[in-house]
Amino acid sequence: MAHAQLSPRNIPDRLEGRGARLLRSWEALLIVVATVIFLGNSFASPYFLDPWNLSDATFNFTEKAMIAFAMALVIISGEIDLSVASIIALASTAMGYAVQLGVDTPVLVAIGLGVGLVCGAVNGLLITGLGLPSIVVTIGTMSLFRGLSFIILGDQAFTGYPESFAWFGQGYVWWVLSFEFTLFALLAVAYGVLLHKTNFGRAVYAIGNNQTAALFSGVRVARVKFTLFLLTGLMAGLASICLTSRLGSTRPSIALGWELEVVTMVVLGGVNILGGSGTIPGVVLAALIMGMVTFGFGLLNVPGIVMSIFIGLLLISVIALPILWRRARRRLAH
Amino acid sequence: MIAKLLKNREILLVGAIAVLLALIALRFPGFVAPFNLARVYNDTSILIILALGQMAVILTRCIDLSMAANLALCGMVAAMLNAAFPGLPIPLIILAAMALGGLLGMINGTLVWKLDIPPIVVTLGTLTIYRGLIFLLTDGKWINAHEMSDAFKALPRLDLAGMPVLSWLSLLMIAVMFLVMSRTPIGRAFYAVGGHPHAAVYTGIDVGRTRFFAYCLSGTLAGLSGYLWVSRYAVAYVDIAAGFELDIIAACVIGGISIAGGIGSVAGAVLGALFLGVIKNALPVINISPFAQMAISGTVIIIAVAVNARAERRKGRVILRKAEAV
Repeated sequence: MAHAQLSPRNIPDRLEGRGARLLRSWEALLIVVATVIFLGNSFASPYFLDPWNLSDATFNFTEKAMIAFAMALVIISGEIDLSVASIIALASTAMGYAVQLGVDTPVLVAIGLGVGLVCGAVNGLLITGLGLPSIVVTIGTMSLFRGLSFIILGDQAFTGYPESFAWFGQGYVWWVLSFEFTLFALLAVAYGVLLHKTNFGRAVYAIGNNQTAALFSGVRVARVKFTLFLLTGLMAGLASICLTSRLGSTRPSIALGWELEVVTMVVLGGVNILGGSGTIPGVVLAALIMGMVTFGFGLLNVPGIVMSIFIGLLLISVIALPILWRRARRRLAH
Repeated sequence: MIAKLLKNREILLVGAIAVLLALIALRFPGFVAPFNLARVYNDTSILIILALGQMAVILTRCIDLSMAANLALCGMVAAMLNAAFPGLPIPLIILAAMALGGLLGMINGTLVWKLDIPPIVVTLGTLTIYRGLIFLLTDGKWINAHEMSDAFKALPRLDLAGMPVLSWLSLLMIAVMFLVMSRTPIGRAFYAVGGHPHAAVYTGIDVGRTRFFAYCLSGTLAGLSGYLWVSRYAVAYVDIAAGFELDIIAACVIGGISIAGGIGSVAGAVLGALFLGVIKNALPVINISPFAQMAISGTVIIIAVAVNARAERRKGRVILRKAEAV
């Protein structure tokens, strides 16, 4: 995004030891927050620590987290994708439509992923091909994709998914380990490797820090960005398969408002919304925190909307506190 | 001459709206009757007021995603005030709504100014907080028409010289914003800050404070819209205007206000909102299902951005042709 940043970026001090750096890192802060919420939850309700309960709690974040991984890469590269929730709706609608024609599970999965990829390609083409700002393009495609679902579905719902399809959202790989959570863990590793260990990941950071410099040093900026939007599309398709399978039905309002939750998750994970920095472990921790907050409040019978106050406060305070802390320390040093 | 006209976004938009109206009039002449056009304008008034506030924020390279939530909270408080004290004069309620909106805008502005948190994160956070606060205030209950006083509901509809007060209010806001943007230091500062923040600093403009004022302005206008929305539809609940923030931004984008800051005009914001308003009002008339509305407005946004981007591309020294393309 084009928002200018006046203060210099916080460049990590390489002279510091590894341990000291870890202690001061964003991830350390998130671990503290996560632990506090976990303990709070276990004191708040005696039912929290039950393994089945904990397993259920993962459904609160796994689908959003899948998208958040790809979104983290997009945001690190300095762009944003607000259309992901609408891609979920469109992919789900397409799958529902196919079900009415009597299609079986493997084809449904292919359709879900395919629709995600096509939507991602549309975003990618508009943004890299025409050089348009991603925030506006994806606001547009957000209406467009969801609008298409509304045109196809109207006020109806598609149901009647085949039984084997239910496994994606409700199946368990081993004892309490759900398929969704396994997928989340695998994707976390895959994206961690992709972002932190490959040339592609380096390119993503380079683009986010200085797009022109990246281009001049030989990074194929447009191609990398296009790939990133394909990835968010694909992940939205995957999330759509899991969510549709878990709910067992498709409505055009499915996953409404998720784009903001996914962005919140990514930013909470320490990814700079202006691009250039952030890590996958941070996003994993943020996903866990948001999932636990949601679940904990659910145990206490707190309505969802009040929970969103807490998530909003968490988002702002987690970003504001380190700034205030740094400022207070500087003042003390003088 | 014609090429120059085509480059002027406002004239292009007037043209687009005229073509749109002509196309609709071909099949339904009644749509362009003065009475109906006034009705369409009235229907778009709230969007216009909101787009004006959003314009100021976007000009300074920020964004306000919390406007619709702000509107909902202020509208709810206005309705609650009215329900609790039916005797309270309506202007006082409007002032209270605007003050509350301004206060909420100040919170956004302070976070952006003093803590340097990116605007999109701040307003994403306050969006959920403001909506959540409505729930805390009301426990999720609705305030229905019968709980509101007649005067409260009647004001926006009140006929004044052939047009409802709602329309007059939006015209007044357009005039005020036009004066602010073109005749006051702060209006020029909005452009300067968005056009080039560093240069603005060197000319003695406080970038943070200018952004703060932009948020106060958008908040106050959202507060006013809150009262207007609730009294017009005679109902207040947690989810009113949910998702409307994107309509507001869409109106600005269609109106040629650059999301990168510094470029845009009051006329553009108004025309962008009107363009959306005409489409919204025309769809049922030409027998397109309301379900198609989202898809159509999405397409319109994308086309508008594509058109704007062509006109907006900065002309600089081209060293590497591809560098410009990304």
